[in-house]
Amino acid sequence: MSFPILTVTAAVPAVGAVVTAAVPAARRSAARLTALAFSVATLVLALVTMARFDTGGARYQFTETHTWVKNFGLHYDLGVDGIGVVMVALTALLIPFVMLAGWHDADPLEDVNPNRRWRPTQGFFALILLVEAMVVLSFEATDVFLFYIFFEAMLIPMYFLIGGFGDRAHPGGEEEAARQRSYAAVKFLLYNLAGGLIMLAAVIALYAATAKQLGTGTFSLQEILDARAAGRLHLVTSTERWIFLGFFFAFAVKAPLWPLHTWLPNAMGESTAPVAVLITAVVDKVGTFAMLRFCLQLFPEASKWATPVILVLAVISIIYGALLAVGQRDIKRLIAYASVSHFGFIILGIFAMTSQGQSGATLYMVNHGISTAALMLVAGFLISRRGSRLIADFGGVQKVAPVLAGTFLVGGLATLSLPGLAPFVSEFLVLVGTFSRYPVLGIIATLGIVLAALYVLVLYQRTMTGPVKAGVEGLSDLKARELLVVAPLIALLLFLGVYPKPVTDIVNPSVGHTLSDVHKTDPKPALEAKK
Amino acid sequence: MDTLIGLLVAAPLLGAGILLTGGRRLDRAGHLLGTLLALTSFVLAAVLFADMLGKDTGRRTLTSHLFTWVPVDGFQAQVGFQLDQLSMTFVLLITGVGTLIHIYSIGYMEHDERRRRFFGYLNLFLAAMLLLVLADNYFLLYAGWEGVGLASYLLIGFWQHKPSAATAAKKAFLVNRVGDIGLSVAIMLLFTTFGSFAFSDVFPKVGQASATQHATVTGIGFMLLLAACGKSAQVPLQSWLGDAMEGPTPVSALIHAATMVTAGVYLITRSGAIFNAAPDAQTAVVTVGAVTLIFGAIVGCAKDDIKKALAGSTMSQIGYMIMAAGLGPIGYVFAIMHLVTHGFFKAGLFLGAGSVMHGMNDEVDMRKFGGLRKYMPITFVTFGLGYLAIIGFPGLSGFFSKDKIIEAAFAKGGTEGWILGTCALIGAAITAFYMTRVMLMTFFGEERWKDGRTATASPDEPSAEPAAAHSAHGAPHPHESPSSMTIPMIILAFGSVFAGGLFSINSAFVKWLEPVTGHSEGDSPVSTGTVTAGTMVVLVLGVLVAWLMYGRRPVPAVAPKGSLLTRAARRDLLQDDFNHVVLVRGGEHLTRSLVYLDHSLVDGVVNGTAASVGGLSGRLRRLQNGYVRSYAVSMLGGTAVVVAATLLMRAV
Repeated sequence: MSFPILTVTAAVPAVGAVVTAAVPAARRSAARLTALAFSVATLVLALVTMARFDTGGARYQFTETHTWVKNFGLHYDLGVDGIGVVMVALTALLIPFVMLAGWHDADPLEDVNPNRRWRPTQGFFALILLVEAMVVLSFEATDVFLFYIFFEAMLIPMYFLIGGFGDRAHPGGEEEAARQRSYAAVKFLLYNLAGGLIMLAAVIALYAATAKQLGTGTFSLQEILDARAAGRLHLVTSTERWIFLGFFFAFAVKAPLWPLHTWLPNAMGESTAPVAVLITAVVDKVGTFAMLRFCLQLFPEASKWATPVILVLAVISIIYGALLAVGQRDIKRLIAYASVSHFGFIILGIFAMTSQGQSGATLYMVNHGISTAALMLVAGFLISRRGSRLIADFGGVQKVAPVLAGTFLVGGLATLSLPGLAPFVSEFLVLVGTFSRYPVLGIIATLGIVLAALYVLVLYQRTMTGPVKAGVEGLSDLKARELLVVAPLIALLLFLGVYPKPVTDIVNPSVGHTLSDVHKTDPKPALEAKK
Repeated sequence: MDTLIGLLVAAPLLGAGILLTGGRRLDRAGHLLGTLLALTSFVLAAVLFADMLGKDTGRRTLTSHLFTWVPVDGFQAQVGFQLDQLSMTFVLLITGVGTLIHIYSIGYMEHDERRRRFFGYLNLFLAAMLLLVLADNYFLLYAGWEGVGLASYLLIGFWQHKPSAATAAKKAFLVNRVGDIGLSVAIMLLFTTFGSFAFSDVFPKVGQASATQHATVTGIGFMLLLAACGKSAQVPLQSWLGDAMEGPTPVSALIHAATMVTAGVYLITRSGAIFNAAPDAQTAVVTVGAVTLIFGAIVGCAKDDIKKALAGSTMSQIGYMIMAAGLGPIGYVFAIMHLVTHGFFKAGLFLGAGSVMHGMNDEVDMRKFGGLRKYMPITFVTFGLGYLAIIGFPGLSGFFSKDKIIEAAFAKGGTEGWILGTCALIGAAITAFYMTRVMLMTFFGEERWKDGRTATASPDEPSAEPAAAHSAHGAPHPHESPSSMTIPMIILAFGSVFAGGLFSINSAFVKWLEPVTGHSEGDSPVSTGTVTAGTMVVLVLGVLVAWLMYGRRPVPAVAPKGSLLTRAARRDLLQDDFNHVVLVRGGEHLTRSLVYLDHSLVDGVVNGTAASVGGLSGRLRRLQNGYVRSYAVSMLGGTAVVVAATLLMRAV
């Protein structure tokens, strides 16, 4: 048996969480460094996996298969295709930056606390590692039930991260902040649990359907696909559609797709910037990823049946999210709505069912992760300096903190998909992939590029330019630790903007597999089609 | 040789990278480094030009493929360059004028503490603009296209502490983004029609398009025109250019006169194969050009701000170029020829305006100038030569290039030819008028800046040009600018005088570009001599009227109320007011009501549905009362029970 690198990649942060949590209360920096070390180790493992991934090889690689509960058909099946390996790498990449950015976010406000077991810093970092482990396992699981377990389990640490370590800067004061925080945390939990419960029903229905047709029920993606290919499994159309909807609903809550998006602005607005990044750049990606892996592969016919509605919802998300972002007064909520818009692009690309659309959507997940991390983390530095997240409380920051303003602008330009920065490539691919099959939707989605410019540049203008506002005068520029967070992210945005080949090479074959699952081929150019 | 093409772009890009990340250590030498790298690019361009001249006309195109940018099934975007005569012309103009303006900026920005960053942005602009004209496919061109937009944004808003500058920068970027939709959609249409967006794949195939695909080709033409309207400030996307004058004057000269704003002309000329196959799109192009050339000229007549008057003029002159490009093979060559001569004289005029402002405490209101010729002789002479060139004084550059466009407009033939030709002639008359007005108000007449009347700049537009920071406030003491500023002006004046003549000897310019753009004479209903004579008549008329209004009579220091048209023209013919009422106000209402709806309706409906389905509303109310933790735990517990129960049931 070969080295179970996928299990290890998930186990390292899980173990790290335990170790970090066990660090004594007084040794806060030891806890931070421990957590960081484990997250870096995870990153190394993820990069090794990515480097060793054979782009010409089998669809799923580094597979591990163990029967877990035999008469229940439950397996511990792990495996990654090109899309999965890239998503694991993205997660592992972002976590160290999230940690560095939130270095002091969880420190108790007073040095002395009568309760000696009070260890918020340890808890904060342990929870982040726990989320990482769950997310990585969700990207790796090729057993539907196994996936479901991690998909749901990650809600618990996320709930505590939002509710327990929220943003201390609230326009309504500390008490209001606490109230809003718990509201946001519960809303997050309820939405996602509701999605999860519906998915659970669908998972069980899928099991029952397989049990009926195959004799023994199974959750294994591979077994189901094999049985279908061999003609032994054929879901009744209506059954397939219902089960598909159950899965899709859960993923659409998490992604989030309009009109299920309203938990996101609350959650991102009330949590600290690093946790907000964890939500939108890491956890939410499981939703869009799962659409590619489970919806399209398991239910190709139902996916095609639902495509028109999903595409329209995606386009609404794009435009609606962007318009809402324009109307926000709160920096973090603005970025949250921008993410709603961006998730619309990702889902559009997935369901356009073209090579460009799906490769673009996968690349979009990566690029959105990096660009939102850059923008949101700098915004977090800014907000914590001023003690306010209202746009109106800022103005003229570039005068007092030019480096902060500059990096914020780069993050913003990435968000509006400027060529040369990574998100441009993925956004254009999604648009062209959509346009080639659905020209009208493609053109409407293209309007999003103007709106993105609007919300980014208005945000920049109001916060960074103009005369220096009262309360902004004394703000310091980025510190070394903060630069260490931002500079590599910007470098990555530039690199992937100019040379996305390392990622697309891994992703392309998997997209080809997914497209053949749904029996879709790219439309031919009009000129060739005639011949 | 072909590896040099990449270096052309790389040199200024390197400069931008170093200057923008280098930090304060580079403050002392940054501007020199930036200028040196711009010069490097120019020298490389000259070497490539010499090499190109040594080759046969048919084999002058150089290509260089660097790497695959976006490799996705079916969609292969390359980073590859193509240097032909058309690109070469632009490269020489961009690097040549670019280097001169770097040199000028050394003096002009001397007292700005952020000078290093300014040069970084200028270098960034050069790199992006060179990328735009050297790209061998539309996708890479798009990168350059947005890159110059970014540089323009950064430079218009260079004095970010001025709210007006920040607003103008944002506006320019947004209006350009609207145009960018055109370029995006054009690329998508090219991809779905031809399976490629590389020039070498698309252009030969345009002819093979069937009837239905002809409609698509026309659509591509319209989309490219939309893009061109944005970047080249053509009606209806012209509103940003006047505001862009908030940027430092060298920026106005380089980006908003000589180079970037001509990118639309480049795009249309480069896409000649597409437009030649889409007559309807061509009609749209000439219409936009003709409307803009009149529109810009009228706006130019009413502005008292010297830079805004010149901006109106730029719009108008680019209108000539766009119109010429829309004429097809009759006009492509002359569009580019006018573009080059305009690059010289308009850059010169802007630098002259900057020099005047430099000596006048950054005053921009021409009503507070007057009689300056005695105080700044070099500026006066170089500006004057630019003036003569732009109005088309016989023998100077503008005469040759503009006259050719007017001839070509008539040569279009039919009613269309007459309409376009007449528009061009009217435009020429108005050009003579407003430029004479600028000349008279600035350099002749009473010295209206004396008596401390211009002690400070107009209060509603606080000036921030740093050049004045060192001179004491109070009445200005007009003086000539330092040589780092005057030398570029002198060089540009030479171009303004001689370039047109040189290009016309033996039809040199036509022969140079013809292998790329194609050329045909057309057949004009009026003879060349008649056109030239007509041009002369309208020229004299325009100058005469201006002299009667601004030369013979003293110019009032406070603007008179003016006619309805004048007042409208001062407000850019009310287009901004329209934008404000319809787009800005309407948009604000839309977003505000959506924010409200999202909070009350969408959130409410989703929560409500969930509540009615799962009976969650009572619990939601309870969580407001502080049972949050207990609720969450019970919920999680519930899930766990459900999962366990299912597992058990299945297991037995």
